Amino acid sequence: MAGSMELPAKGGFCFDLCRRNAMLEKSGLKMPGFLKTGTTIVGLVFKDGVVLGADTRATEGPIVADKNCEKIHFMAPNIYCCGAGTAADTEAVTDMVSSQLQLHRYATSRESRVVTALTLLKTHLFNYQGHVSAALVLGGVDVTGPHLHTVYPHGSTDTLPFATMGSGSLAAMSVFESKYKEGLTREEGIQLVAEAISAGIFNDLGSGSNVDVCVITQGGTEYLRNHEEPNPRTYVSSKGFSFATGHTEVLSTRVRQIGPVVAEGGPVVAEGDVMEEGL
Amino acid sequence: MDGSHANAAAAAAGGGEGTQRTLNPYVTGNSVIAMKYKDGVIMACDTGASYGSTLRYKSVERIKAVGKHSLIGASGEFSDFQEILRYLDELTLSDHMWDDGNSLGPKEIHAYLTRVMYNRRNKFDPLWNSLVLGGVKKGPKGDEKYLGMVNMIGTHFEENHIATGFGNHMAVPILRGEWREDLTFEEAVKLIEKCLLVLLYRDRSSINKFQIAKITTEGSTIYPPYALKTNWGFAAFENPSQGAVGTW
Repeated sequence: MAGSMELPAKGGFCFDLCRRNAMLEKSGLKMPGFLKTGTTIVGLVFKDGVVLGADTRATEGPIVADKNCEKIHFMAPNIYCCGAGTAADTEAVTDMVSSQLQLHRYATSRESRVVTALTLLKTHLFNYQGHVSAALVLGGVDVTGPHLHTVYPHGSTDTLPFATMGSGSLAAMSVFESKYKEGLTREEGIQLVAEAISAGIFNDLGSGSNVDVCVITQGGTEYLRNHEEPNPRTYVSSKGFSFATGHTEVLSTRVRQIGPVVAEGGPVVAEGDVMEEGL
Repeated sequence: MDGSHANAAAAAAGGGEGTQRTLNPYVTGNSVIAMKYKDGVIMACDTGASYGSTLRYKSVERIKAVGKHSLIGASGEFSDFQEILRYLDELTLSDHMWDDGNSLGPKEIHAYLTRVMYNRRNKFDPLWNSLVLGGVKKGPKGDEKYLGMVNMIGTHFEENHIATGFGNHMAVPILRGEWREDLTFEEAVKLIEKCLLVLLYRDRSSINKFQIAKITTEGSTIYPPYALKTNWGFAAFENPSQGAVGTW
C-alpha cells in the first residue's frame, strides 16, 4: 500500500485468516468460545397486534454474565425484535437493520414494514452462511396488519401465529401449543407470553431472572421491561446496610506524596510536554 | 440370583469372547409420560417404534404390567425392553415360587431395574432404555403409590410425574405447572392428553396412536389405542407467505 491514501475497508467479515486458523486448530490450538444468551424468546399474534416476550439471562458457558439484560431490541417504532444466540451477533445485526430502516424511512417518508426488516435480516444472515449466530423473533404492526416471523441463523424465515426460539423454546412451545388460540385479547396475550417465558425460566438452565414483554398494536408500542420478576432476592436485610467510619478497625495510617504538589493556578506543564501542533 | 442374571446377560452379549458394546440403538420407542393421581398411577405413550428416521412399527405396546402391583413403560431400544421384560418375568416367577403370600412391589422392581441398568452401564454394554416404573402397593401407611424412572446409565429417581425422551423438554414444564395430588382419573387423562398432543405436534417421531394404562389397588388396566384430535385451523397457516414472499 503506497502513498498517503488508504483504501476504505471492505466491511463485514474478512475470511483471510481462516486457513491459518484451521491449521492452528489442527495442531492443537483450542479456539475461544462465544458469549451465548441461552434464552427463551417468544412472540404471538393476538386480536389487535403482536406480543413479544423474553427472559433476561445472558450466559457465558456455565456462568450468568448478565442477570438482567435486554433481549427485545428496537427496530422501528412499530417493529421490535427478540434475539437469541450469540449476544454480540444479535445486538449488531438488529442495530444495523434498525439503522437501515431509519434511513429507508427518511427516503420514503413512510412507516417501516415488518417484511422490510425481515428481508434485510435474512439477506444479511444468509450472506454470512450461518456464521452470524442470531436466531430472532421479529414482530410488528404496519399498514398491512400484524406480523410475526422467526429468522434462523442461516437465513431462513417462518411466518407464524406463535413462535418460540432459544434453548428454552421447547418449554415455552409446550405452553403455547396447549394454550394458544386465535383472537386473544391483550390481557390474555400478555398472560400467555409471560407464562411461556416463565416455563422457559424455570425449566431451562440457560434462561432465568425476569420476564420482559413488548406489546405492539396499531395505536403504539408498550415496552414492559421486567413485567414479571419471579426470582427476587430471597433474603434482604430489612435494616439495610451502613458503612460508617469506625466499622473497620484502622491499624496504621501512612500518607505519601506521589507527585508534585499542584500549584493554585492549575497543573504545571513542563516545556517538553507541550503538544506540537502543525505536524 | 441377581448376579447370575447379569452374568448370563454379559455372556450372551459377549458371545464368550471379546467385548460387545451397544453403540447405537436401532428400533427406538418414543417418550413415555406418567403421573400419580388420586387412585394410583397413570402412564401413557404412543404405539410407534422408529428404525432410524423411518416409522417402522406402528402398533407396538411399550407399557406392560409387571406382577400384580406395577406397570413398566420404556422408551429407547425396543429389543432391550423385550430383554428387560424377560428378566422381569424370571424375577416375578421366582418370587411367586417362594409362595409366601408376598409379592414384589413397584419400589422393589425399580431397585432391581436400577441395579441391572447400572451394572450393564459399568460393563460398557448398556440396555439402551429409559424405563418408567409405576405402581400401587399396600404398605404400613396404607396404599402407597410409587412412580420412578431409571435410564440407560443408571440414573434413577422417584417423582410425582415422569416423562422420558422428548417429553423431558416438552411435557415436564406442563406437568410441573399443572399436576396436583388429588387429580381424578378423568382430570389425569386430560392432563396426559395435553402433553401427548404437544408431543404429537412437536416431536417428529411421534404418531397419533396412543395407549393409556393405569394401575390401582384393584390391578392394572391397559386401554386399547386411540387417536387424539389435532387442530390445524389457524388463519395464519392458510396463506403464510401472503405478507412476506419467500417465507414459509
